[in-house]
Amino acid sequence: MTDYVVPVLLLLTALLALHKKENAYDLLLDGAGDGLKLLSSIVPALVLLLTAVSMLRASGAVELFSGFLAPVFSFFGIPPETALLVLIRPLSGSAALAVGAELMGQYGPDSLIGRTVAVMLGSTETTFYTISVYFGAAGIKKTRYTVPAALFADFAGFFMASLTVRLFWA
Amino acid sequence: MCNFHIWCFEVMYVVMSWIWTLILAISLVCAGVLDRGSALAGAVVQGAQAGISLAFSIAGSICLWTGVGKLMERVGLTRGLSKLLSPVLRRIFPSTQTDETVRHYLSANICANILGLGNAATPMGIQAAKRLKDPKRPGIATDELCRLIVLNTASIQLIPANVAAVRAGLGAAAPFDILPAVWVTSLCSAVLGLTAAWIMGVVKRHD
Repeated sequence: MTDYVVPVLLLLTALLALHKKENAYDLLLDGAGDGLKLLSSIVPALVLLLTAVSMLRASGAVELFSGFLAPVFSFFGIPPETALLVLIRPLSGSAALAVGAELMGQYGPDSLIGRTVAVMLGSTETTFYTISVYFGAAGIKKTRYTVPAALFADFAGFFMASLTVRLFWA
Repeated sequence: MCNFHIWCFEVMYVVMSWIWTLILAISLVCAGVLDRGSALAGAVVQGAQAGISLAFSIAGSICLWTGVGKLMERVGLTRGLSKLLSPVLRRIFPSTQTDETVRHYLSANICANILGLGNAATPMGIQAAKRLKDPKRPGIATDELCRLIVLNTASIQLIPANVAAVRAGLGAAAPFDILPAVWVTSLCSAVLGLTAAWIMGVVKRHD
């Protein structure tokens, strides 16, 4: 079923473009070119962050750290291996991608941990960055309960990611 | 807005400088204590190369989806989706019932997020945030503003293309088979986050 979501979406947009007499191919090309620019802007960050994450793992710090947090994570049914991802996700998007990709490589993309990582990455956001952009632009200084509520949503995401992956694939 | 973005990135770079230095210091101390010096030195080289490999493995997908995103925007898929969602939005953001402009910006922001058009979503969200402010108390977040942030950080996304690309690059059998799990998860986190915001809003009514 899910195999058809993406191809159907691609065809749907192409048909809509034909219907509206838009030049679909030209728009796609133009957008893909923008994608190349976007990519070149994140590559340097990915190189630095994967270096940092590999060093952290090779040094044994990740194991120590995950072992330390394991009781808390296990209590909520979240794999302790994902501890670093959970902590870095609200702070930096490219760091989270680096940590996530490294974890998926380590445990395999189709393993339970690999899938949990993928679902976590796909269903959470860079919370602190979003808050600073929106409130900064709107000139809000007193955020009231925004940060706890947004962090609660993140936590719910990590918890539900672990739960759904266990229900769907374990 | 331009200056503000520069400021945001500056703050982010300062934070990242700290994270970078902290990670290096922790790695060095741990490797020293656990006697993993050679593994640490190897990780420097391998990690940097892994960064390039990761970038290559998601490059095609990023290009394709920014292209598809541009097309989706142009053919009005965002507008169609916002019509579908307007009953829900009216309940979460009561001011959309009276304010035509805020309704437009809000639904454009949320629909762009759902379709994965992050670049289009942010300016719309900022416009919505500016209009959701209480003119009598301009520096203080209103309940609706908090809800806007929660909805944006909960990341309801139809196609998490980058994650699927990473999975494909690592040899996943069906990179998109995580879709239902992602949908359930992000919907739950949005609903739970909004509920938490609602409860906290009632408790902290007089702030």
